[in-house]
Amino acid sequence: MSNTQPLLQVRNLRVEFPTRRGVLTALDDVSFDIHPGEVLGVVGESGAGKSMTGAAIIGLLEPPGRIAGGTITLGGRRIDNLPYKEMRTIRGRQIGAIFQDPLTTLNPLYTVGRQLVETMTTHLPLTPAEARKKAIEWLELVGIPAASQRIDSYPHEFSGGMRQRVVIALALCAEPKLIVADEPTTALDVSIQAQVIALLKRLAREKGTAMMLVTHDMGVIAETADRVAVMYAGRIAEIGGVRDVVKNPSHPYTIGLMGSIPPITHRMERLLQIEGAMPRLSAIPKGCAYNPRCPRVFDRCRVERPDLIPAGATRAACWLYDRADKEAAHEVAQTGYGEVRHA
Amino acid sequence: MRDAAALGATPMLETQDVARYFDVSRPLLQRLIAREPKRLLRAVDGVSFAIPKGTTLSLVGESGCGKSTVARLVVGLYPPSRGSVIFDGQDLAQARADASQRRRMQMIFQDPYASLNPRWRVRDIIAEPIRAFGLVKDKAAVEARVGQLLTQVGLSPLDGQKFPHEFSGGQRQRISIARALSSNPEFLVCDEPTSALDVSVQAQILNLMKDLQKQLGLTYLFISHNLAVVRQISDRVGVMYLGRLVELAPAETLFRTPRMPYTRALMEAIPDLEMTGRQRIPVGGEVPSPINPPSGCPFHPRCPLANERCRAERPALIPARGTPEALVACHAVEEGRDGGPQVEPAAVGAVQGV
Repeated sequence: MSNTQPLLQVRNLRVEFPTRRGVLTALDDVSFDIHPGEVLGVVGESGAGKSMTGAAIIGLLEPPGRIAGGTITLGGRRIDNLPYKEMRTIRGRQIGAIFQDPLTTLNPLYTVGRQLVETMTTHLPLTPAEARKKAIEWLELVGIPAASQRIDSYPHEFSGGMRQRVVIALALCAEPKLIVADEPTTALDVSIQAQVIALLKRLAREKGTAMMLVTHDMGVIAETADRVAVMYAGRIAEIGGVRDVVKNPSHPYTIGLMGSIPPITHRMERLLQIEGAMPRLSAIPKGCAYNPRCPRVFDRCRVERPDLIPAGATRAACWLYDRADKEAAHEVAQTGYGEVRHA
Repeated sequence: MRDAAALGATPMLETQDVARYFDVSRPLLQRLIAREPKRLLRAVDGVSFAIPKGTTLSLVGESGCGKSTVARLVVGLYPPSRGSVIFDGQDLAQARADASQRRRMQMIFQDPYASLNPRWRVRDIIAEPIRAFGLVKDKAAVEARVGQLLTQVGLSPLDGQKFPHEFSGGQRQRISIARALSSNPEFLVCDEPTSALDVSVQAQILNLMKDLQKQLGLTYLFISHNLAVVRQISDRVGVMYLGRLVELAPAETLFRTPRMPYTRALMEAIPDLEMTGRQRIPVGGEVPSPINPPSGCPFHPRCPLANERCRAERPALIPARGTPEALVACHAVEEGRDGGPQVEPAAVGAVQGV
C-alpha cells in the first residue's frame, strides 16, 4: 500500500480454545498489516475466525480462548501480552471498537452524553465541561439532529441507526489510531446501512484513522475497504487490494464466495454454489482446509498446508499458484476435473 | 382495487385490502388515569395482491414494514382485522378449517435454529405433518416417504436418525423445507428463509427452492429484505413501506425501471459490487413509527419529490404512467413529476461484465 511503517502488525497469530475434548485452534498463523489511514476489510463466513481476529487485537478474547502464539504490534509496541490493566488504557485511547449490536454496546442506565464524557475524560486531558462541549460536537459530526438536546437522552430513546451513530462517536471520541469495527452495519436496514457506511468512511478519512472492518457482506467491503483479507477455517485464504480480490480473485474459495453472491443486476438461472459447508474447528481437514470442497483440488492439497504466496495480483494460500505445481494444476484444469463449476 | 393478476385463472392466493392492527395501548387503568386514547399499531394497512399458480411473489421492505405480518396473515396465523384472504378461490378461514385444504399450504421460517424441535429426531420432525394429516398409513411407508423427502432436499436418508443440533444452519434449513414439503403442499410461504445463512449456503438453498418449484409446480410467497435475493427468485415483486404496498410489478420491470421513489432509494442503497465508483446518495431519515404514521403518503418525510398533495392525500396503488404493468402508489409518478420511467443504473450494472 504505502511505504510508511504499518500501524498494526499481526504476525503468525494463533488462538486456541482448550476444551474437554482437546485444544481447538480457532486462528492459525494469521499475519497482516494495517497502515495508518487504511481500511482493511476482513470477510468470511460464520466461524471463519474473522471476529476472533478482531477480539484478539482489542484484547477481548472470551475465555477460555487465548493467544497461543504470534505477536500483535501497534505503533511499534507489542500489545498481545499486556496485562489487563494496561490493555484497558490502550482500548479506547489507541484502539476504538464498534460492535454489531449498538444496544449491548451502550450502557442503558447512562445518558449517551455521560458515556461520551466519561470516555473522553478517561483518555484525554479534558475537564468534564470541555468534554461535554466536545461530546455535542461529536454527536453533530455523526449526524444526530438537535445534538445539544439529544445528549441527555438515554440509549433506548434512539432508533437503531441513531444508536449506531452514537456508538461510532463513542469509538472515535478519544481519537484512536485504529478502529476495529465488527459487523457495524449488519443489524441495520439497508437504507440506514448506506448512511452508516458513508459516515464511517468519511470520518476515517478525515481523522486519518485506520480501520479493520470485519463483515460477511462483500458489498460493504467493496465500498469501504482499501485491502481485503478473506478468511476460511481460521486462516487467511487470500489477501490483496479490494479491486483485485473482488473482481479478479485467485483462491478457489474466494472465486466461489464471490460467485455465490446473488447479483442485483440480472437474474441467473442458477446461482454458483460451493458444495458442502465450512468444517468445524474440531474437524479441519489435513492439508488445505478447503480441499474437500475445492473443484480444483489435487494430491498436494490433501497433504500439505499452503501458506500465502503471490497469486496474480493478490496473495493466496493455494498450491495452484506454487511454481512447482503450476504444471500439475494445469493438467487438472485440462482434464476438466471439477473445473468451471465456479466459472 | 384488485390486483390484475387475480383476473383470469383462479390465483393460488389473493388478498383483498387485508389489514392487521395490533393494540399497543397501555393497560386499561393507566390509560383511564392518564386519559389516553387506545393506541393501534397498523402493521398491515390494506394490502391487495394475487399470486398466480406456479409463480413466486416476493415482498420486500425494511424491518417494521409489515412483510412478516402479511406472511402470517396469509397462512392464518393471524386473523385479519379487515379485508379477506382467499386461498384458491375459497375464504382462508374456511380453508383452514378443512384439513384437506390446510395441508396444501406450508410455511418455512427464518431461523432454522428455533424452528426445529431440538428433542426430536429429524425423521420425526419431517414425519409429523404426514402423520397429522394421515397421508400415509403404515410405518414403513412413512419411513420411505421421509427418506425420499430427505433425498429431495439434498440430504441422506440416514440423516433422519440424527438430531437438529448435528446439522449446520444450511442443512437445518433443508430439513425445514423437507418438513414443509411432507404434506404435499402447493403453496409455500417463505419468511426470510436465507437471511440467517452465509452467502455460499444461501446460494445452495435458493437453487434448491428453484429446483423444487420446477419439479413440483409450487407457488411461493417469498418474504425478504434482500433485493438481490428477490431478483433471483421472483416473478413479481411487491415493495412494502409502513404496512402498505407502494409498488407491485413484474420483477424485471421493477428492477429495470423502479418508479416509486422509495423503491429507487432501496436500490441506490445496495453496496456496489461492480466497483464502478458510482457515488451513492443514501436516502435520508428513518422509517417512521407505524403507531403514528405520517399523513398522506407514508414516505413523504423522506421523499425528494414530496409536495403539498403528498403530505395531505394518501396515494392509491394504480398503474404507473409509462410502465402500466407496474402498480405504484405515488402522486409524483401519477402526475409525471418523477420524469417518467428511468433505467436504474444500480440494478442493471452501469458497466457490464465482471
